[in-house]
Formats: sequence, structure tokens, C-alpha cells
Amino acid sequence: MAEALLEVADLNAWYGPAHVLQGVSLSVAAGEIVALVGRNGAGKTTTIRAVMGLIANRSGSVRFAGAAIGARPTHARFAAGLGYVPEERRIVPGLTVRENLRLGLLACGLGAAAEGRAIDAVAQRFPRLGERLGQEAITLSGGEQQMLAIARALLSQPKMILLDEPSEGIMPALVDEMAELFLELRRGGMTLLLVEQNVELALEISDRAYVLDQGRVVHEGASLTLLADPTIRERYCGV
Amino acid sequence: MQLDLIAVQLFTGVALGAVFVLLSIGLSVIFGMLGVVNFAHGAFYMTGAYAGVFCLAVTGNFWFALAAVPLLIGALGLGVERFLIRPLYGRGPDYPLLLTFGLGYVLVEAVRILFGTDGMPFDTPSLLAGGIDIEGLGYFPAYRLFVIAVTALILLLLWLLLERTRYGLIIRAGARDPEILSILGLDIARVWLLVFGLGTGLAALAGLLAAPMRSVNPEMGVAVLVEAFVVTVIGGMGSLLGGAIAGLLVGIVVSLTALWMPQMSTISMFALMTLVLLIRPQGLFGRGLSR
Ligand SMILES: Nc1ncnc2c1ncn2[C@@H]1O[C@H](COP(=O)(O)OP(=O)(O)OP(=O)(O)O)[C@@H](O)[C@H]1O
Ligand SMILES: [Mg+2]
Repeated sequence: MAEALLEVADLNAWYGPAHVLQGVSLSVAAGEIVALVGRNGAGKTTTIRAVMGLIANRSGSVRFAGAAIGARPTHARFAAGLGYVPEERRIVPGLTVRENLRLGLLACGLGAAAEGRAIDAVAQRFPRLGERLGQEAITLSGGEQQMLAIARALLSQPKMILLDEPSEGIMPALVDEMAELFLELRRGGMTLLLVEQNVELALEISDRAYVLDQGRVVHEGASLTLLADPTIRERYCGV
Repeated sequence: MQLDLIAVQLFTGVALGAVFVLLSIGLSVIFGMLGVVNFAHGAFYMTGAYAGVFCLAVTGNFWFALAAVPLLIGALGLGVERFLIRPLYGRGPDYPLLLTFGLGYVLVEAVRILFGTDGMPFDTPSLLAGGIDIEGLGYFPAYRLFVIAVTALILLLLWLLLERTRYGLIIRAGARDPEILSILGLDIARVWLLVFGLGTGLAALAGLLAAPMRSVNPEMGVAVLVEAFVVTVIGGMGSLLGGAIAGLLVGIVVSLTALWMPQMSTISMFALMTLVLLIRPQGLFGRGLSR
């Protein structure tokens, strides 16, 4: 079997004395959507922040696209092709929608013309953002902000994107739109790691899933199997 | 009180305020982005004046000094951030604070050893030695006019940098959320390095510009650091416009009280600060505690 695109092995993380990740291992093959689920405080956010190199106190190995990136700084992981949409969306206040999008292109070193074309393409794909390019970004609705955060992470055309609870606090119609977007991204060859509280949604659109509990992977398998097995969901995913 | 006295004093206040503005921009942006309370800022200001003395002694050309000093001291700032402050990030704000506090003393001592403890004369450049006499309003020294013009130009350039360039976008975003910049692939350490260098370069420029107006001595950075802090607090941390307006305000208040109640001139800016903080705790143009 070829090496997976993302290969995380024996990941540990600490906040002060609290040992919040205790040997998490997971892998995501190219072109897969993998869900990471678990109840509040299970360690989902910590796992993907550690993958991005944002947790100071950590150990374990992270391989991405055939290279060990576990010791690299966050910006170098981005350069390797890892996109990340953080939990709180992190829309930068004081900047317009266009400027927030431009942030996603800064590291690509494009000229002004190419930058403009890339943002035009986003405006077409996300018309709601396209209509509001000059608006201050934090005045967008929660759903629009989430779309903006996703669009910003996609602009650099990463190989893989890590999403932390993209459906949180978003109205159902938009959630369906978002699910459709993720499936479309996968058809285009993108790889996704999806952290979700909305377990139903996550399992429906993913190929495989990991269930995290108290900093450990307690279950992994095909999403359809998990979807059909209510006991695991009741035990580990109750909010 | 005669109109001409007030006009001249107002003008003096604006020129003094211009120096405060240049100084407080660096202080404010370094705190806003790096989270470092830079207690060495006054020492960089003083070092700028002495670097000017040195440049002038070697080349005799004020205009050369004007260009070289900010670059020279800015480069010193780059070295300080890279090798002294950077190792302290992530250890809490008191580490860089103590470091810059000590560094300030080191710079003052170094200057005392190199140039002596006495003050130094610093002649107004001959091209700007005269003044403009406005009938019935008073005599306005050309050099002060020049200081105001240079500051206005620097503010305009900084505004263009911030609003019109990608570096400005990086700085504006980084002041709000540095982590998102690293998530989006930027080496935030490099941004911080350049911001520190820019801030110290501006402090040095302020020191050089102030040299012909206020005396040059190793302690000249001490009082001015307090003044710059007051300006930064009044204007609001991280706001360019706030720094500019507060700088002028403090300059004018200080020189007008010097005219009417000389014994109150140092206290007046603290009174102004207290007043502003009572009404707007985040400063005139500050954002308050966001995030
Ligand atoms: N900055 C922090 N400092 C200290 N403890 C933290 C910090 N962040 C998270 N924790 C703790 O680490 C554990 C895992 O948190 P994490 O945010 O990874 O969980 P999560 O699965 O993402 O939860 P949620 O579904 O609520 O987002 C929790 O017990 C949490 O309280
Ligand atoms: Mg979380």
C-alpha cells in the first residue's frame, strides 16, 4: 500500500501538566474525506492544531506528502500543502472580505493581476462573498464568515485541508451547501480531514472516521459502518 | 496674553508633538504586534541623536545624517530583536520588558563612554537656520517647520505602506491575529523583525530631528520615553491616527502650559492622560481589548 498523504503517529500533547492527547495515530489517504469526531473536550481541535504545529508542547511524528514535517514551523507546513480552517474561523477584524481573502494568497507571491484573478474566481464560486468583497468581514453572518474562512484556505490550492467544525452555528440550508462543497472538492482531487460535532453530517460525507475520547482514538472504521452503529455514537459522541 | 506669543507657542508645541508622534508610532506598533513593551525606545532615540552627532563630525552633512541615522539604528534594532528579544517570545511579557529595560541602560552607558557624560552641541543645519517672520504673529524658526514637514511626510508614507501595500496588509492583520498569518504561510518571525527595525529607525529619526531643538545628552531618552508612553496611551495602542493626534495634542498642551503655568508643564500631560482614560479607557482611537 502506498503511503498515506497524512500520517500521524503517536501524537501526544500537553497544556501545562494536562496530558490531553495520549498517543493519537491516524492516517488520511490522498483523495479521502476522513472525519474526526468525539464529544466536547475529546481533543479534536488539539489534534489538528498539533498537525499544524500550533501546540507548543507535543511529541509524535507527522508525515505529510512523504516528508516528516513534525519539526517544521507552521508556515512551512502551509508551504508543504496543508490548509487549515480553524475552529473560531479567525476572520481578521478591521479588514474587508477582499483583504481577508488576500491574506490567503500572501505566501504565494503572486503579482497584483494574478491575485485579482484568483479572487475573482472565488467571487464566482462563492457569490455571497463576491457581492460583499468591500464589506468589513466581521459584519458577515456566521455562515458567510465560515465560507470566507474556507475560501481563504483554498486560495493557495493546498493538497489537503483540515476543517475544525465548519458547520458550527450555521443554518441548515448552508450546512447542506457546505457538504456539497466538500464533496465537490474531493471530486476535484482534494483531501479533507473534517472535525465535526455534527456527527451525522460528518459520517454521511466522509469515507472513514476516527472517534476520539479523552485524547485517545477509541474507534476507527468506515463511516457507513459507524453510521449504522448507534451504540458507538451514543457512547462517544453525546454532547 | 498677546496673540503672537500664543501662536509661536502653539507652533513650538506642534514641532515638539511631531517628535512625540515619531517616537510613539514605534512604541505602539511594537507593542501592538510583538507584545513587547519596549523600554529601550528612549535609548534608541538618544542613540539616534548621537549617531547624528557622529555622522555630522565625520561628513559635516546633516542631510546625509538624516538618511543614514534611521538606517543605522534601524539595523541595530534588527539585531536586538533577532538575537536578544526573539529567544524570549512565549515566556510572558515581563521577559522582553526586563531585557529592553536593561538594554536601555547599556546603551546610555555605552554613549557615556564613547561621547562623555556632558551634553553635546548640535547646530541647526545652515539651510534651515533662519525663520519666517509673520507680521503681527511672530517669528517661526524654519527648522521647526522642517521637523513638522518631515513628520507629516513620514506619516503619509506609513499610511500608504499600511493601506496600499501587501506589507501593510500583513502588519494590519498581524496586529489583530498573528497566528492566522502563520496558518496562512507567512513567517511571522520575519514580520516582527522588520516591525521592530522600523520602530527603532523611527525612534532614531525622532532623536536626530530633536537634537537641534532639545539638548543632546545621554539622558535625553529618559524623559522622552515617558512622554512617548503618555502619547501612546492617549492615542490608543496600535492606532497610527491616534498616535499622530495624541502626539500633537500633548505637544501643544505641554508648550501652552509652559507659557501660562511653567511649573505645571510636566504635570499637564499626565492630567490630559488621566482625563482621556476616564472618558475612553482604550485611548482616543484604541480598539479596546479585542479578541
Ligand atoms: N489552551 C488550553 N489550555 C488548557 N487546556 C486546554 C486548552 N485548550 C484545550 N484545553 C483542554 O484540552 C482538552 C481537549 O481540548 P480540545 O479543544 O482539543 O477539544 P475538542 O475535542 O476540540 O472539543 P470541542 O468539541 O469542544 O471543540 C480539553 O479538556 C480542554 O479543556
Ligand atoms: Mg474543538
